[in-house]
Amino acid sequence: MTKSIHDWLFSILPEGIASITEMVLIAVAYLALFAIAGLYLVLLERKVAAWFQLRLGPNRVGPFGIFQTMADALKLVSKELTSTDRVDKFLYNLAPYFVIVTALLAMTIFPFSKQLQAFDINIGMFFLLAISSIGVIGILVGGWASNNKYALIGAMRSGLQTISYELSVGLSILTMVLLTGSLQLSEIIEIQRTGGWLIWQGHIPAIIAFMIFMIAGTAETNRAPFDLVEAESELGAGFHTEYSGMKFAYFFLAEFINMFIIASIAVVLFFGGWLSPFGITEGITWFPEVFWFFIKVLLIIFLMMWFRWTFPRLRVDQLLTLEWKYLLPINLVNIVFMAIVIWLNWIL
Amino acid sequence: MSYFSDIYNGIKTLLTGMRVTGGYFLNARKGTLTQQYPDNRETLKMFDRFRGEVVMPHDENNEHQCTGCQKCEIACPNGSIEIIWDRAIVEETGKKKKKIDQHIYHLSMCTMCGLCIEACPTDAIVWAQNFENSVYDRTQLTKVLNQPGSKVKDGIED
Repeated sequence: MTKSIHDWLFSILPEGIASITEMVLIAVAYLALFAIAGLYLVLLERKVAAWFQLRLGPNRVGPFGIFQTMADALKLVSKELTSTDRVDKFLYNLAPYFVIVTALLAMTIFPFSKQLQAFDINIGMFFLLAISSIGVIGILVGGWASNNKYALIGAMRSGLQTISYELSVGLSILTMVLLTGSLQLSEIIEIQRTGGWLIWQGHIPAIIAFMIFMIAGTAETNRAPFDLVEAESELGAGFHTEYSGMKFAYFFLAEFINMFIIASIAVVLFFGGWLSPFGITEGITWFPEVFWFFIKVLLIIFLMMWFRWTFPRLRVDQLLTLEWKYLLPINLVNIVFMAIVIWLNWIL
Repeated sequence: MSYFSDIYNGIKTLLTGMRVTGGYFLNARKGTLTQQYPDNRETLKMFDRFRGEVVMPHDENNEHQCTGCQKCEIACPNGSIEIIWDRAIVEETGKKKKKIDQHIYHLSMCTMCGLCIEACPTDAIVWAQNFENSVYDRTQLTKVLNQPGSKVKDGIED
């Protein structure tokens, strides 16, 4: 389908304009996906939270409350954008865009199916890590520019937390990259077509890497049990205490999109991306492979929500103990273990 | 060595917690605790220990159990209860005896602390389970608990 649109655009327009039009179309498509995924992940979060706590969740706006987040978004759009006294105007206004643009950039390189990938670069995984560490600058800038002590404490905690857990995310991805031998996302998936999903191919070290990735990924997205950055009980709302209206909504959406990104990385690296389980839809040409990708992503997101509504929060010192005394040494040993597994060809 | 047992216990306890919440998640349809209140107004029933308001039960002969001892009035921390009492001559003995004229209860001031009900020696006042107490005029919240023409049940003071 994308091929036919491409051909049609190039047939009616000169080459330069056609490629620009194509870029705009793709950007619009991704923005739409971004908005819909963000809104419905918020709704899913609220519903899942309600079910974990034996409640009903939103059920008034539309059937089963499916328009609840739309109504919330409308409310946020129509709200006044307030700011505090003596706020650093430029940085204050810039911060939400940092967060949301990095989240959007990271989304572009995921292969949703064989054909559906906007930007297939050969250093995909590296690009993802680089982009996701820019997001924390938005949080730091927002907290700093707000002229509010709670926002500042939240932002500093975010720096601490994200920089610590970036290590674990990076190293667990590195463990899997050892196995794949490639950073390109589409190639990583192609490897899994023949030998089974990577979590199966890499067996024990891959499972350890997956567990570490899930813990560190949850910490990267600043979600409970690692929500020291927002910490409702002690910091108001952390770095976005002073934000209102659409700027707040940007931070809020970016959090859920980051969750989607972490889940997507997990799906690509461990669970075969858009490949069907046991190749059950391998021969069916019309079957949309996007379906498998999104099903897997939703399952991983559900797992993260499960974490959130089960585990108690960590203190700052516990957070750092977990990272530096447990995850990091285990991760380093795990990389060596994975290297030995590959060296002795113990891959399943 | 405790390093590894810590990791093991950590993972084990986390999985235990996830099993508990996962069980709740799977039973969310059956075990929902949410009451969709205005919709189920007819069927909604409050639990026994709910403190709605203080009432004085009367039996079929329009008799209550209040002797007018005023212990509830003294026990009340913010003066929500006022008792207007009187004396009447009992025929058999010819002696004067205390009886209540009006047991006045200000629901608007009541904090539902329950001290009056604990203080009552004859269990004349109890909690009711009604919860829709809103009215358009504040004076309607001042209630006379004993019904007009009622009298104390015989032998309650013995």
